[in-house]
Amino acid sequence: METILGIDLPTWWYLVIGAVFTGYTILDGFDLGAGAVHLFFNKEESRRVALNAIGPVWDGNEVWLVIGGGALFAGFPEVYASLFSAFYIPFMLFLVGLIFRAISIEFRSKEKMKWWRNLWDRSYSIASIVITLLLGVLLGNIIQGIKIGEGFVYQGTFLDLLNPYALVVGVTTLSLFMMHGCIYLVMKTENRLYAKLTVMVKNTTNAFIVLYLILTGYTLYHVPYMAKKFHDEPVLYIVPFLTIGCVVGLKLLVKRRKYFMAFILSSLTAMLLLITVALNLYPNVLISSIDPAYTINIYNGASSAKSLKIMLLMAAIGMPIVATYTTFVFWTFRGKVKMDETSY
Amino acid sequence: MDVEILARLQFAFTISFHYIYPPLSIGLGVTMAVMEGLYLKTNNKEYEVLTRFWIKIFALIFGIGVATGIVMEFEFGTNWAVYSRYVGDIFGSALAAEGIFAFALESGFLGILIFGWNKVSRKVHFFSTVMVALGSIFSAIWIVVANSWQQTPAGFHIVGEGMWARAEITDFWAMVFNPSSMERLSHVIIGAFLAGSFLVMSVHAYYIYRGKFVEISKKGFKVALVIAALSSVAQLIVGSISAEGVARNQPEKLAALEGHFDSLKTADMYLFGWVDKEAQKVYGLKIPNGLSFLIHKDFNAPVRGLNYFPKDEVPSQVNMIFQFYHIMIAIGMTLIGLSLYAVFLWWRGKLFDKKWLMLIFSFSVLLPQIANQAGWYAAEMGRQPWVVYKLLRTSDALSKSVTAEHVLFSLILFMLVYTLLFVLFIYLLNKKIQHGFDDFEDDLPSLKRDNPIMSKEDL
Ligand code: HDD
Ligand code: HEM
Ligand code: HEM
Repeated sequence: METILGIDLPTWWYLVIGAVFTGYTILDGFDLGAGAVHLFFNKEESRRVALNAIGPVWDGNEVWLVIGGGALFAGFPEVYASLFSAFYIPFMLFLVGLIFRAISIEFRSKEKMKWWRNLWDRSYSIASIVITLLLGVLLGNIIQGIKIGEGFVYQGTFLDLLNPYALVVGVTTLSLFMMHGCIYLVMKTENRLYAKLTVMVKNTTNAFIVLYLILTGYTLYHVPYMAKKFHDEPVLYIVPFLTIGCVVGLKLLVKRRKYFMAFILSSLTAMLLLITVALNLYPNVLISSIDPAYTINIYNGASSAKSLKIMLLMAAIGMPIVATYTTFVFWTFRGKVKMDETSY
Repeated sequence: MDVEILARLQFAFTISFHYIYPPLSIGLGVTMAVMEGLYLKTNNKEYEVLTRFWIKIFALIFGIGVATGIVMEFEFGTNWAVYSRYVGDIFGSALAAEGIFAFALESGFLGILIFGWNKVSRKVHFFSTVMVALGSIFSAIWIVVANSWQQTPAGFHIVGEGMWARAEITDFWAMVFNPSSMERLSHVIIGAFLAGSFLVMSVHAYYIYRGKFVEISKKGFKVALVIAALSSVAQLIVGSISAEGVARNQPEKLAALEGHFDSLKTADMYLFGWVDKEAQKVYGLKIPNGLSFLIHKDFNAPVRGLNYFPKDEVPSQVNMIFQFYHIMIAIGMTLIGLSLYAVFLWWRGKLFDKKWLMLIFSFSVLLPQIANQAGWYAAEMGRQPWVVYKLLRTSDALSKSVTAEHVLFSLILFMLVYTLLFVLFIYLLNKKIQHGFDDFEDDLPSLKRDNPIMSKEDL
């Protein structure tokens, strides 16, 4: 099989997709987290500041999901097809969630009436929570495998997808995003709202740490293969150790109100958790809980070598460009939120 | 109802809804870029105010376009799993390119476009506007290339058999430049320019008709008119190239477009008509042997009709296809007439004298919208029963694990959500239009002078 720098093409694409979804988690993670805690802000002014903190960037952040979806379709069509049709109902709800989040942000400021704004605030917040939970549930099911059968066709039902493990992953994801979102918001706000957020950051961090510990225990018990690669290759223990280091660091930094560093660490935490999953899953992508013969991995589910090479080239050209102007946009809107007539 | 019908209905419904917005943002994007360019060049405050007004409307349209686009991307996998496996190798790269090169560009700079007026320099803002406009054009490129590949596959070979058969890329550029992609892409983009420029003309014509914001509206109208006039003429030319392409690549579709049944005979071209499929006849006003001439430049040349082909390889909804196609062409001619007449009046210095003309222009935004939808319906229904022309049947392309109940559930869900979206969109758009340039009176004092008689009833 063809390789680049000693790594075969499907693995490269696995890395690209991993990087894109990690980018999505870190970037849209704070938007979704900010949305999830939105209703904790009581005053109109606070809600506006919170919205404008993500206003110029959330749309660009969501594009990472679009790229990820396209990348999956392109590189691993078998996975894309099986996964998306298996999760039919959850994906439909997810899409409706994305629609409502987008339009709530857009519509809220268009009328002054109190009921109007309250309505869109609620829909924005609920949509953010639903999206996050569904993402977590999806990840949980991918970790433990789903009922893929003959012809890579899903044989389970919708309710099979809502199992306890997946739900715990869902709730943990929610707490991670809430913490991440609060840390982002605290960097963008001043005065009373800032004071309120410092407390919220503390609470969400604690909640995340508790859930993280529960999930780790549950995972080791329920899906022990999630630690297998570490046993096989002890250097890799660096990943869980770094994760623990980040979590401890987070707690300390939050206490000292070093929020920029805390934001970096919460991003790293999300990244390391995803790396843990990706590492132990590899080379599988969609594990069949019926028969390992139906498991889709990066070899039996991949596009042709030619197609992968073309897309790797595109990614190599495109990603640096995207990264450059994304940085430029974030730079333009750096610092505390300042409202003007173009704000929401 | 069975899964196939429901899934097709859902796809048609969701893409039609999505397709209300992208043409407007593509067309509005270039129009705004021209306006802002004029502002930079002439320093005329009016162009600044025009640009800022249209940015607000752009934001609203764009937001819904994005929200409904993601549905489309996921729907391939959820509803058309077999199709996704089949085309993933080819189609996927187009979709991935779209994400990396187009959507990221668009959404990235959108923040600066909308929120950055006071935060970046004029040049950087103009640059952002151009990037957003370019990004939205790029979005059209990749998705239309992918769709054109389904219409006229090229640059691939089939590997695997039966259930495991799928198309694999052999030549990337042959895939991109498949026989129909360039003409269809040009046609789609020009259609989008028409949609956007007519939106701008409609709103400004409405202001002029009502006697509000008149001076500034004249400026805005003229910018859009230039774009509209050029595009409408270009669309006729590109459209006929497209028709020749269809004759070459998809003769069954061409036969359906004109309701031509006889297997090998000269073919007529209709201005309008009604297809009686049972009797295999068309009633209407026609140019005898017109299609023969259009395709072969010879009135006596025979054209393959629907009966020439195997029964299960031709589209069944011949009358619908015929109607959609003719609606599009009729509208195309109307747009040429309208915009050239307006240009003529402009040349004579009388463009804004005729109130009735402004009233017509106020509603003209609907025309390109209808033509765009009708064109796609004709093109897509004319491709049936294939989802990938001559390779994969629509009925074989569905997801095996998805049941009719699932699809019915999601179809109803989308209908409810989109109805709500559409009502709110119209309400807010109308509100913004009624509000007009009121916010900019401090920036541009002439706006106040312009509207001395603005009273409460006007609002
Ligand atoms: C790149 C792919 C792509 C693109 C850009 C479009 N479509 Fe499409 N369309 C499909 C890919 C597709 C498809 C997945 O291939 C479908 C689903 C079932 C089928 O037969 O083709 C389809 C079906 C389909 C049908 C149902 C036809 C039938 O069942 O008889 C309609 C009415 C449309 N489309 C309309 C549109 C409109 C209004 C579009 C403009 C935005 C559009 N399509 C763009
Ligand atoms: C089935 C086909 C289609 C799919 C899968 C699709 C997918 C998408 C997605 C995922 C988005 C959101 C991007 C973001 O998050 O920024 C989007 C928006 C957009 N799409 Fe589509 N799309 C389809 C058809 C089309 C067509 C036919 C056109 C144009 C000719 C088009 C033009 C655009 C544009 C310009 C946007 C930006 C939003 C806007 O301007 O309203 N799309 N589309
Ligand atoms: C003026 C005369 C026109 C002619 C002769 C013409 C011709 C055609 C033809 C032959 C097709 C089918 C192409 C295919 O199936 O591959 C088509 C499709 C289409 N038309 Fe037109 N057209 C005209 C005007 C317009 C106008 C004014 C608009 C919109 C403002 C428009 C929008 C579309 C769209 C969006 C499609 C589907 C995309 C495609 O297949 O290219 N057309 N047109």
